[in-house]
Amino acid sequence: MEWLIALVIGVLTAAGVYLTLRARTFPVVLGLTLLAYAVNVFLFAMGRLTIGQPAVINPAATGYSDPLPQALVLTAIVIAFGMTAFLIVLALKAQGELGNDHVDGLDHATDELPLEINNIEKVKNNKSLDFNSQEANQ
Amino acid sequence: MTLLTSNLPIVTLLPFIGAIFAAWASTFNRLASAWVAAAVTLLVMGFLAPSVQQVFAGETIIQSWSWIPAIGLDFAYRLDGLALLFAILILGIGLLIIMYARYYLDAKDCMGRFFAYLLIFMGSMLGIVLSENLIQLLVFWELTSLSSFLLISYWQYREDAREGALMALVITGGGGLALLAGVLLLGHIVGSYNLSDVLAAGDLVRSHELYFPTLVLILLGVFTKSAQFPFLFWLPHAMAAPTPVSAYLHSATMVKAGIFLLARFFPVLSGPPEWFWLVGGAGLITLLVGAYMALFKHDMKGLLAYSTISHLGLITLLFGFGTKLGAVAAIFHIINHATFKASLFMVAGIIDHETGSRDMRKLNGLFKYMPHTAILAIIASAAMAGVPLLNGFLSKEMFFEQTLMATYQTPLIWILPVLVTVAAVFAVAYSLRFIHDVFFNGEPIDLPKTPHEPPRFMKIPVDLLVLLCLAVGIIPLVVVAPILAVAVEGSLQAAPPEYSLAIWHGFNLPLMMSVLALVLGVVVYIFRERLFAWHDRRIAHLDARIIYHFILNSIYKLATAITRRFDKGSLQSAISWIFGAAFVAGLIGFMSVSSPVFGQRELLPIGGLSLLATAIVILASIMSVVLHHKRLVAVVMVSVIGLAVTLIFVKFSAPDLALTQLSVEIVTIVLLLLALYFLPQTSPREVGRLHISRDVIISVLSGAGIMVLSLAVMTRDFAPISDFFLVNAVPGGGGTNVVNVILVDFRGTDTLGEIVVLALAGLGIYALLQGLKLYAPVADESGYSWSEDNHPLIMQTLTRLLFPLMLMVAVFIFIRGHNLPGGGFIAGLIAAVALIVQYLANGITWTAERLRVDMHWVIGLGLLIATVTGLVAMGFGYPFLTTTYTYLTWPVIGKFEVASAIAFDLGVFMVVVGATVMSLVQLGKLSDVSHKQQQLENQHQEVH
Amino acid sequence: MHLAAWPVFLPLIASFIVLFAKAKGLLWQRVINLLAISGLILLSIGLIIESSSGVHQVYLLGNWPAPFGIVLVLDQLSALMVAITSVLALAALAYAIATGTDKTGAHFHVMFLIFIFGLNGAFLTGDLFNLFVFFEVLLLASYGLLLHGGGRRRTKAGLHYVIINMVGATLFLFAVGTLYGILGTLNIADMAAKVAVLPQQDAAIVAAAGLLLLVVFCIKAAIFPLYLWLPIAYSNTAAAVAALFAIMTKVGLYAIIRVHGTVFSESAGSLANYYMPWLLGLGLLTLILAAFGVMAVTNLRQQVAYLVLASVATLLIAIGLNNLSGLSAGLYYIIHSTLIAGGFFLLADIISRGRGSFDDRFERSFAMPGAILIGSMFMFGAIAMIGMPPLSGFFGKVLILDASLEHQWVGLIIAVVLVAGFIMMVTMARTGMLLFYHVLPADEADNKPTDNDVTRTSPNRISIVAVISLFAVSPLLVIFAQPITTFTESAAAQQYDSKRYIESVLSKQPVKSGKE
Repeated sequence: MEWLIALVIGVLTAAGVYLTLRARTFPVVLGLTLLAYAVNVFLFAMGRLTIGQPAVINPAATGYSDPLPQALVLTAIVIAFGMTAFLIVLALKAQGELGNDHVDGLDHATDELPLEINNIEKVKNNKSLDFNSQEANQ
Repeated sequence: MTLLTSNLPIVTLLPFIGAIFAAWASTFNRLASAWVAAAVTLLVMGFLAPSVQQVFAGETIIQSWSWIPAIGLDFAYRLDGLALLFAILILGIGLLIIMYARYYLDAKDCMGRFFAYLLIFMGSMLGIVLSENLIQLLVFWELTSLSSFLLISYWQYREDAREGALMALVITGGGGLALLAGVLLLGHIVGSYNLSDVLAAGDLVRSHELYFPTLVLILLGVFTKSAQFPFLFWLPHAMAAPTPVSAYLHSATMVKAGIFLLARFFPVLSGPPEWFWLVGGAGLITLLVGAYMALFKHDMKGLLAYSTISHLGLITLLFGFGTKLGAVAAIFHIINHATFKASLFMVAGIIDHETGSRDMRKLNGLFKYMPHTAILAIIASAAMAGVPLLNGFLSKEMFFEQTLMATYQTPLIWILPVLVTVAAVFAVAYSLRFIHDVFFNGEPIDLPKTPHEPPRFMKIPVDLLVLLCLAVGIIPLVVVAPILAVAVEGSLQAAPPEYSLAIWHGFNLPLMMSVLALVLGVVVYIFRERLFAWHDRRIAHLDARIIYHFILNSIYKLATAITRRFDKGSLQSAISWIFGAAFVAGLIGFMSVSSPVFGQRELLPIGGLSLLATAIVILASIMSVVLHHKRLVAVVMVSVIGLAVTLIFVKFSAPDLALTQLSVEIVTIVLLLLALYFLPQTSPREVGRLHISRDVIISVLSGAGIMVLSLAVMTRDFAPISDFFLVNAVPGGGGTNVVNVILVDFRGTDTLGEIVVLALAGLGIYALLQGLKLYAPVADESGYSWSEDNHPLIMQTLTRLLFPLMLMVAVFIFIRGHNLPGGGFIAGLIAAVALIVQYLANGITWTAERLRVDMHWVIGLGLLIATVTGLVAMGFGYPFLTTTYTYLTWPVIGKFEVASAIAFDLGVFMVVVGATVMSLVQLGKLSDVSHKQQQLENQHQEVH
Repeated sequence: MHLAAWPVFLPLIASFIVLFAKAKGLLWQRVINLLAISGLILLSIGLIIESSSGVHQVYLLGNWPAPFGIVLVLDQLSALMVAITSVLALAALAYAIATGTDKTGAHFHVMFLIFIFGLNGAFLTGDLFNLFVFFEVLLLASYGLLLHGGGRRRTKAGLHYVIINMVGATLFLFAVGTLYGILGTLNIADMAAKVAVLPQQDAAIVAAAGLLLLVVFCIKAAIFPLYLWLPIAYSNTAAAVAALFAIMTKVGLYAIIRVHGTVFSESAGSLANYYMPWLLGLGLLTLILAAFGVMAVTNLRQQVAYLVLASVATLLIAIGLNNLSGLSAGLYYIIHSTLIAGGFFLLADIISRGRGSFDDRFERSFAMPGAILIGSMFMFGAIAMIGMPPLSGFFGKVLILDASLEHQWVGLIIAVVLVAGFIMMVTMARTGMLLFYHVLPADEADNKPTDNDVTRTSPNRISIVAVISLFAVSPLLVIFAQPITTFTESAAAQQYDSKRYIESVLSKQPVKSGKE
């Protein structure tokens, strides 16, 4: 059984990572959601797997499933939910302001260097940065 | 703490304070700052005076306070002969320079800035020579680099000034860093940064394995500062500074700081052959190059700059010999050079000031216009050339003698005397040129101004210095012998050797060399034209500055290339680095210790349900990856996965998780769909196969890694702290649903943080969407336009019926939460969904009219309640979030337990409702608006 | 008795009071926020004094004993971090108000206060999962702050920043989960105790989890190759926010010191300090790259961002030296670099406002209003940042280098630190000359078309004061070096004595009955 769960976690992670590495915001959101699932199952599994054990205290119970990881997962789910919601809206904002949904805010399909944030490209035609200022400023 | 035990720090720090006043004074009257500067200098002299007596009595004054004991850095000052000599040079010449500069600068120059910088420099220079602690010395050392940067770039609008300043800073500042390393090593060897200890530990240092690196690093500092080969090129460019600065920094004081350090460390570092070859070699080359280059400079200051370089080389060479007499000659020449070179610079400044040019091809026959100045210049440059009866002659004789001595010791370098004579020849030649070209040699050629004598007071400093040259030259025993003696003693840390300052030593070899130099010098000068021609053809185009620029620019290009390589502003590359790093880190960590991968814990049997769930998850994941371009499909797949995960939680007896997962699932999917309404329905294909295969590799590796990791853990046994919770849930937390008790009690702080996150997400989304305009596509991808009917009637009625029911469920879930699966969070989500459904079915406006609550308040109240329940406990002297509970008997429900944690859970509930509704409604509004515009446009089309 | 807890929920309470004051208008929010932050400063003075006794103050939240409940632990290190945070926060807040940053969007003050709440929580908590929660709190707050004011560049920067940190959160959970799965606990002290007696066959997994956790913290601290978010985020957000973020990278470093320094300390058996070589190596690498970045970038904000990166790298080296004096030097350097960097971000904003449409690009522009004052401040800040004498940067650097003299990599360390320092010195000199010396003639300033769209504004008094008050810390650090280094030394010693930390956390008893 543990193998199956491990497999689930692994597949979820792999899929999540792949989607997170996409160039468009929406797949990235999905990827992060999958990663969240993977993490939740993982955390849960860290308390070891138990079947048919009560989650609530009652005298008849022979044993319980480890409650602490469950509490952690609950917290993790909620936080992940908040984060995802925020990211989704941010993605919409990006779409609205940048006019496309590329993670670097680029025009479609051209995976060129973005110019807004990183303007190191400009350096070529910016002579004032050249140390040989004699020729730089004439 | 009387004056005599604490005057040295005052001497050093006073100029810095004075600088502020000098700058401030100029706001009243531009000349005021000059007076302030002069006054400060005199004051400093006054503070120094009381100690002079002791020094001449042979004492070494040390004044020390503890500063950073951690690294043995004391606030420590030291005054001995050597320090005194330099202090006198700095202050004396400084005073003359201030007087001179007051007339030199013209009305448009900002006096305050100039004198402030000058005082800062003076203070730093004094700091160098008076420091007992080496780190402290280094502080002042770098300060001189910085202040000289400011002084050279004083005329900041001039290109050459800026470049010269930057060059000076790069070279000297960089050297300072090397010196820092050297000092650290030295301190490491000796075990103390205090000069007294270092000077006492000479043998230890010279025999230590780190001697050579230490020496090299320290010499880097020295050579850069004192413009020794190969760093000599910055000094001529520093001549872009105002002439007083050149006279002060670049002849008398700053460039001598390196020399000072040689003198300081002489007893510690000198002796081994490394010292001789490095110091002597650099000195000799500098001496020759400087002397040669000086002759060919048409700019007066250029000539003086190179001659300075050459004389510094001479001094360095003398120290290089490593003999006591060499040190004597060196220190003697420091004094002489300071006097005649400073006066020559001032003369050059005067001429520049009065004629508007420094070009010796234009400046001719000035003698009849300014005879007084001319005479001063002639005497000073005669001293520079080493003419008898002038101070330059005496030290030069000593120097020749030392070179001959050196040849006696090591016959291999018989060539040395020859080379230094050659240098002397050039020295005579350029001195001659300085005089003859400028003051005689025909008439001036189209000068900007008609030359005339400068104001009286501008010449007084020169007068005094030239007088000094004569006095030292004629009656050395009276004028210079005492200070020289103590200075030498301070440098050698031992009694000075036998030496005579007599003018006449009889016809000996040194005298012959001098005579030869004088004669040949004249000859060289006579045949200068041909030499110039040859020089312009062969040498002139060689410029160290080209190499300097090349080095800096290649560093710059390298930096740009590397930075661009990483900092692409590309998210994908950043993330792939992170995943890559994570995988590698995990792997390395795992490899770092040899343990079995899996443990021996016996595993559970595989059940049908979970097999199914697994299959679903795997299939759905693969499809979501393969079909992620079709976004709607991908969303569906993700929701399927979510449900499967819920199944897994159910299967493994975690009902709370299942419930939460399910409710979160629903809300998230609603969000995703809302978002998808605005975003493109498909992702375009990405370019770059390699890129994609890289991602595949990364993701597969990560997946495999996590899988192995989770198996490795799950196959092991462990002893968690959870039993405590199981035991204490009922007696301590008053709830049988352990998970919920953990959430609201044992680890309540986590939950507090969690709802803060949720609240913030709501508020953040609210803030994000302010003033955002989004336009929905006219139709979906397949060309169908959206349904006009936003709020179908059936749905409306249905949802209105459902609403109270759902709220009931929410309340129920909430109440039972503490004892049975459920709790504030799930209840909150259900309530939120109930509300959202109303919005969806009936539209924002309809619902908003009936639901008159600002969600901000709901969130705020939630946080308030949760926090206050925590704070209440403190009122009773318990820590934050301590809970209590009691049992009530309610009708219907029967015996019922209320824990204060319930209140906390209520906070959770409210925050969840508030945040969720707020975010979704904000989004809803967005779509509503865009929808309305949609319909308007459609109607428009129908009209036309 | 609640001293350790107040820094955490004072800002929290203030935050929702501000939320209620929303209707009352901005003035109220500002006043409340200012009061809260000033209160924090007073509080942190108390914390410093309280902690100086050298005893760990353990606070059992919910009155449950460690490791079962969550504990707050106040020691000299956490007290120091809280103090730095509150000072920085006050200056940033003053600047935000002075320049009306908080007008440009909703909920600035709420997010500001919750950011502080998250920070202080992260500094004080003694529980690894709780640390995660506080990380998320301060991150979500930082998202809001980063995006505050909007604008295309900011949105894009925010997108990168948010996604990268969400990935980081995922990794964090994987690491925590693994540690729990082996050690069966979440309390840092308890983990350390368990690791000390860890059987060999489980060590590898813990080691893997430890390094995974290190990756997470290195993302926060912006260490190569995980620093790529920093230049983008810092150079595209509002100045006040960027200044406030100067503490963010330090949170990551703090987490390394606290978590790894405690769990994998000397007494951690086979895993004792196994991560240390990585810190040193990555620190050196990052320092070089940062220096190159400083030289390569073409606008001031990015340059400052890279300077921050360099300071982080220097700190990592100090920690990686793995000796007392190294850590002590690092703590001294944290005070310096955080506050000066904060001030420098504000100054960069003042400069770009003064240059009108030239913004902060490295192009020849007109002289800005108040150039002499601003120029002097720039020089001062630059000298402090790049570690030139006579300001605190230099002494911090010397402290670190002096501590490295015993290390076997001493040659490499000194070489890298000094070369990087050299590159930064050259570059900052060039920048200064470009901004203040090499200006276009003033007479063109008014009839230049490009200059009309954005007017060159001279800074108001408060913003100048905010910068100066941060910069003033540098000389103070030098003058009062003796008491300060004494404090950092004992703080470092306390941190190195992990046995006492474990003992005092695990032995803390719950309050039997209230009113005592």
